[in-house]
Amino acid sequence: MRLRCPICGERDRREFYYQGAAVMLDRPAPDAGEAAWDNYLHLRENPAGDLEEVWSHDAGCGAWLKVTRNVSTHEIKSVELAREVKQ
Amino acid sequence: MRFSGLKVLTEGLTGNKGWGPHWRNPEPKPEYDIVLIGGGGHGLATAHYLAKEHGLTNVAVLEKGYLGGGNVGRNTTIVRANYMLPGNSEFYSHSLKLWEGLEEDLNYNVMHSQRGIINLVHSDGQRDAFVRRANSMCGQGDDGAMLDRAGVEKLLPFLDFEQTRFPIYGGLYHKRGGTARHDAVAWGFARSASDRGVDLIQQCEVTGIHVENGVVKGVQTTKGPIRAKKVGMVAAGRSSQVAAMAGMRLPIESHVLQAFVTEGLKPCIDHVITYGMGHFYISQSDKGGLVFGGDLDMYASYASRGNLPLVEHVAEAAMTLMPAIGKAKVLRSWGGVMDMSPDGSFIIDKTDIDGLFVNCGWCYGGFKATPASGHTFAHLLATGNPHPTTVRHRLDRFRTGRGIMDEEATGSQHNLH
Repeated sequence: MRLRCPICGERDRREFYYQGAAVMLDRPAPDAGEAAWDNYLHLRENPAGDLEEVWSHDAGCGAWLKVTRNVSTHEIKSVELAREVKQ
Repeated sequence: MRFSGLKVLTEGLTGNKGWGPHWRNPEPKPEYDIVLIGGGGHGLATAHYLAKEHGLTNVAVLEKGYLGGGNVGRNTTIVRANYMLPGNSEFYSHSLKLWEGLEEDLNYNVMHSQRGIINLVHSDGQRDAFVRRANSMCGQGDDGAMLDRAGVEKLLPFLDFEQTRFPIYGGLYHKRGGTARHDAVAWGFARSASDRGVDLIQQCEVTGIHVENGVVKGVQTTKGPIRAKKVGMVAAGRSSQVAAMAGMRLPIESHVLQAFVTEGLKPCIDHVITYGMGHFYISQSDKGGLVFGGDLDMYASYASRGNLPLVEHVAEAAMTLMPAIGKAKVLRSWGGVMDMSPDGSFIIDKTDIDGLFVNCGWCYGGFKATPASGHTFAHLLATGNPHPTTVRHRLDRFRTGRGIMDEEATGSQHNLH
């Protein structure tokens, strides 16, 4: 599997560290309540198809990437810089 | 169908034409007391114990493929009780005791072989941690003994003790650990459940879970609707998809774990060996193949196959630990889809929906749990109360923070186990 980093170009999977589902980009407010934090930290849709997730390009530019990938076929649908998606 | 020495002999002399199927192949009835979703090891074990321990036989096991076609047929067959934390410790101890009586219980040869497991030690810190673990195991009433380097050399003379990266200082020896024939476990539970009256229904995919006013009423399937008073979800590998049919989201991410087997060799490895520094473990099957594996591929995946970087990593670890393995040819490799929970421990509990129960989150350790998972899940389904060994394995422990069982002490968070 290879990911196309928007800064460095297409690179081997071994350059990237997997952070998990992209739900982690939507951090709730500190006082959002127990259910919101449980959703954010633990509960997952965990689909067998397209999943939005976060990878970091550890052995490259260090950028955090929001990747859309089919987790059954490993087809990469899109790779964006997480900081741009957040803004 | 039963086996005997005489039957094997006469069948062998008469062309093996008299063997029959192990279990009935019934059509589903319109209603059952209990429907189990998933005909893998844990589902079939649950059915066996529901019938045997609780006298409940108006039960169906629904399987979308064939019985035992998931992770019970795709694992590396290791059976052990070397856990440390309260909760896991008593559960796996309970499971090992069930294993020790399983062949008599099922009247089926599951080839349970208590050949011993040796966790290698490569540093003083690791030795201290394993001494503590061995004490916990003994405290639970199981067995754990420390070996020094000479003790390991006597049992495993073929290892590279002077390897430059991680010299071997000793090991934690769990004598009652070992392996079992994984498919036979599923078949033995299936035959027993079927003989006692449980309907095992294959090629029957659950397409919906019928819930009315917070109470489960049954399931929709590819063979029509089936009413049920209670429904047990026991579909590790696809837990999230099954739970989604009841409108639930589980604390599960699915990851792939690879395993490998070599061509058949003469007996050379008598034990199960784990090499934690290389995330590597190995044993030899009764057919002679060296069965080994490593770590997760470390990203979400439902593909039952792995990625090459992990293959390379496992091969490197194997060559570092026992260079002789380089002579063996790898016959095949495969992947299993793991229910990874945030703390690395499993879940057996009720849900917020009346009559709907969940058994999931086995991470990469479900096989050794098969008898106790079935035994305790059957207890929960039959009585409505958790078995004493699973009171801590609650679905809400992540939300409340109470009773987290983080065996590796890496944190109760996804992607850390």
